[in-house]
Amino acid sequence: MTNDQIKQAVLQIISVIAPDEDLSRLKSDVALREQLELDSMDFLDIVMELRKRYKVEVPEADYGHLASLDSCATYLEPKLKDK
Amino acid sequence: MSSSHYDVIIIGAGMSGLAAAVRLAYFEKKVCVLERHYAAGGLNSFYALGGHQFDVGLHAMTNYVPPGTRGAPLTKIYRQLRLTPEDFGLAPQNRSEVRFPGRTLRFTNDFAFFTREVIEQFPAQKDHFLRLVRHIQDYDELDLDAKPLSGRQVVSGFLTDPLLIDMLFCPLMIYGNAEEHDMEFGQFVVMFKSIFCEGLARPREGVRRIITALRRKVRAVGGTVRMKCGVKALHVADGHVQSVELDSGETLTAETIFSSAGYVETMRLCTDCEPEKLTPLAGRMSFVEVIHVLDQPMQALGHDATIIFYNSGKEFQYAVPADLVDPRSGVICCPDNFLFDKPLATPMLRLTCMANFDGWAALDEPAYKQAKAAWLPRIHQEVLQFVPDFRKHVVFTDFFTPRTIKHWTGHVNGAVYGAPAKLKTGRTRMDNLFICGSDQGFLGIVGSMLSGISMANLHVLKK
Repeated sequence: MTNDQIKQAVLQIISVIAPDEDLSRLKSDVALREQLELDSMDFLDIVMELRKRYKVEVPEADYGHLASLDSCATYLEPKLKDK
Repeated sequence: MSSSHYDVIIIGAGMSGLAAAVRLAYFEKKVCVLERHYAAGGLNSFYALGGHQFDVGLHAMTNYVPPGTRGAPLTKIYRQLRLTPEDFGLAPQNRSEVRFPGRTLRFTNDFAFFTREVIEQFPAQKDHFLRLVRHIQDYDELDLDAKPLSGRQVVSGFLTDPLLIDMLFCPLMIYGNAEEHDMEFGQFVVMFKSIFCEGLARPREGVRRIITALRRKVRAVGGTVRMKCGVKALHVADGHVQSVELDSGETLTAETIFSSAGYVETMRLCTDCEPEKLTPLAGRMSFVEVIHVLDQPMQALGHDATIIFYNSGKEFQYAVPADLVDPRSGVICCPDNFLFDKPLATPMLRLTCMANFDGWAALDEPAYKQAKAAWLPRIHQEVLQFVPDFRKHVVFTDFFTPRTIKHWTGHVNGAVYGAPAKLKTGRTRMDNLFICGSDQGFLGIVGSMLSGISMANLHVLKK
């Protein structure tokens, strides 16, 4: 997957987890938490959905890398390059 | 592995067990829910009698917030279970009341209304009450490691009028307190937020709608629910549940076991249990409920309140009564009085009072029937101080007791809110056995679902 595809994939996951949020004006370089009402349960769900959909593991120590769409893509790119 | 091996076995198809099952199955765990009864729901279930449909438990669902409200428990549940507000179809209440001799506090799903009401009725308590509310709003009731505090002690540190204190405790205790006399402060905060700050609602179809939504979801995500399938024993060795034996003799195995059967009830299933050590831990608070089917809605008689929490005694006593029933305080619930898009097909009135399990359990069948007949007019006499006389409109009556609750839910003493000491982390002395539901500590329908979700996240999905 390319960097852009990964961002789209994460957006798709957030839209499933938080269908009540408006994602149309999300800035990719700003922390998700500053733009959306996401709590620790929701972040766990992003990790769980990534595992379920793309068989990629994100250890708890790395959750910080999922802060923004850009940082998600940078962190996940090597893990998803063959998917 | 054989087909009878699961990632997770869940004992009990109540709100918490079904919610845990949705989470776990959605994330591809092999899950099986075992339910002894033929109806799901546990303490919030339903039945049919005399051609009428009845709910048990649910008068109103607490924690109601309008769809899209950020950060609220109900919103978390929709998200975590991948459900939408349409799945539950909740209609908000009209207005409810706490009625004590000479004083009434009304509340709606708008907390500002309740605050004004308290200030109007108890002007001298204004600053005290506002400080208490700030303390409640800042309190992290979901902290699983918080140490228990006496609710009466904490609240008395803010409020100085014993009547106001009792009027706040009355609905919160009746709707979710396992302990007699006092209430753990964290629990008080959970209930205060869920009833006063958030609010009450009900699906037009009653609790069936919620159970159906959960069961449908469990099925959709690949989980299994086995009805009429009671657990006889949990075979344990070396602090580990090795296998689950069913009433039928069949044996299942699982990596992890969740039980919503109650702490004492679950520990009694363990083959190494010492029953005498467990008995004193069981909860004792139970209730009788009278359900009247009426020939016209209470609204036609001029009664539009949704729920009335009443107390006609001098002080509010939350305890197992010495008699079979304590009719001096209780709940008057009118299931018709929610903002439904069309009225209920069957108008009803539900009356709930504290009751003594041992007393009801000791009666033989004729005496049991006689006791119901004898207590009915005494309950009526009390509630008629607060609602118009409905008696000539009653077309059908059911009356259930702590004994009925024990029979259908398996809860020791018919204790509807479980054991007083809650196990916030859900951990037991078995390394693969976890408690969810009432005895984990989140109460009510939303609380129970949140309990199942939290335990699934903490003990299985985060690993």
